[in-house]
Amino acid sequence: MSNIEARGYVHPDVLVSSDWVAAHLQDPGVRIVESNEDPLLYPSGHIPGAVEVDWTRDLNHQVRRDYLDRTGFEALMRRIGATADTTIVFYGDKNNWWATYAFWVFQLFGHQKTRIMDGGRLKWQKEGREFTKDVPNYAASGYVARDRDDSRIRAFRDQVLAHVNAGKRLVDVRSPAEFTGERLHMDEYPNEGALRGGHIPGAANVPWARAIDPDWGTFKTSGDLRAIYEGEKGLKSSDDIIAYCRIGERSSHTWFVLTYLLGYPSVRNYDGSWTEWGNLVGVPIEKGA
Amino acid sequence: MSGTMLARPRPCEAGPPPIVVLPEKLENLVAAFALMPDRQDRIHALISIADRFRPAPPDLATKPYPEEHRVPACESEAYGFARPLEDGSLEFSFAVENPQGISAMAMAVILSETLSGVPPEQVLEVPRDLPNRIFGPELSMGKSMGLMGMVSLVHSLARRQLGRPN
Repeated sequence: MSNIEARGYVHPDVLVSSDWVAAHLQDPGVRIVESNEDPLLYPSGHIPGAVEVDWTRDLNHQVRRDYLDRTGFEALMRRIGATADTTIVFYGDKNNWWATYAFWVFQLFGHQKTRIMDGGRLKWQKEGREFTKDVPNYAASGYVARDRDDSRIRAFRDQVLAHVNAGKRLVDVRSPAEFTGERLHMDEYPNEGALRGGHIPGAANVPWARAIDPDWGTFKTSGDLRAIYEGEKGLKSSDDIIAYCRIGERSSHTWFVLTYLLGYPSVRNYDGSWTEWGNLVGVPIEKGA
Repeated sequence: MSGTMLARPRPCEAGPPPIVVLPEKLENLVAAFALMPDRQDRIHALISIADRFRPAPPDLATKPYPEEHRVPACESEAYGFARPLEDGSLEFSFAVENPQGISAMAMAVILSETLSGVPPEQVLEVPRDLPNRIFGPELSMGKSMGLMGMVSLVHSLARRQLGRPN
């Protein structure tokens, strides 16, 4: 379905269509940003005028396990020529998985004019729209960033433990094999896994991509989403919810769905996720489905 | 036979790592990428390689591709095939169903161009973490898993050629 307004989202204005993007390619108030898992995709062709924001190089702190700080965000926004009034439109591969991750990081700095192009690269490509290898060069802006605010949408391990002890809701967006504890990590990369398998007690397992129409990479209707999160898993918009996955990227997609498409006011992303929880000493873990 | 000596990663208590000798063409390619510390150089080299990708010919594989040929853990829906050659080696080829699977296409070209015609016993010596040595450290866990799955599938095809159980 291409008509975003007809899907019943609580905040439909957070999504833009590929038609909208095509009509705003020359709009100086709009910056199109591609964020992918596959580092080869942007250089091989991207939406004309789009810049790349790379999750490892641009969004992560290069030493600590953390995100960039105010100075880093300011430098990033200046590099892509964005001002406080610029509307940032993210899109990317894997059903906008990495685009919503970048979107979430941008929200830590309070940049409000942020959108996701529904359908991401997949839809743009399937519609036969133009890609270019030309990398744009925008004049640097004088962007002044706020300090990062982790309090609203980011959860840390002690907060998660308190959340569990209070019996509040969590959504584990990993695959069922990861959720049950059958899979700890990939072969030969134990440092990217965890010493223990399973899930945080009380978590509901909703693999992140269930929110997506796989044919076009677009978000499902609010009715379909409510059937999954509320009908199947019993979540309510009044719940205080923490979403997590392995390092917080897949769960940023679910955070986006719950926060903007279903309008839940209290959703946080636990980016420490299973690579932290599954290695912590003494925290509770559940195994199995 | 020439070869690059690569140490296979192992747990620290497992003793010295075994020495792996790569087939010559693969050795040359790994050596070339080792000389590319710049991320952009590496990316553009891989895109050039991916441009050479051609799907498996219809006389070797037709859709729907058999599940036994699906690359494990690959989200680009890649499939691998092998045609036996007269000398007992294999000619490898791949199909990549996801048009955005450009890394998978690059890996497919690398494996087919460097391991076709190589004795299956030597193919089995190629380390599974080969993609990380070529693509560099920026790969996500999911992407690494998929590309390593392509190496695993090549191993599986080589074992089948040798009559060994998978």
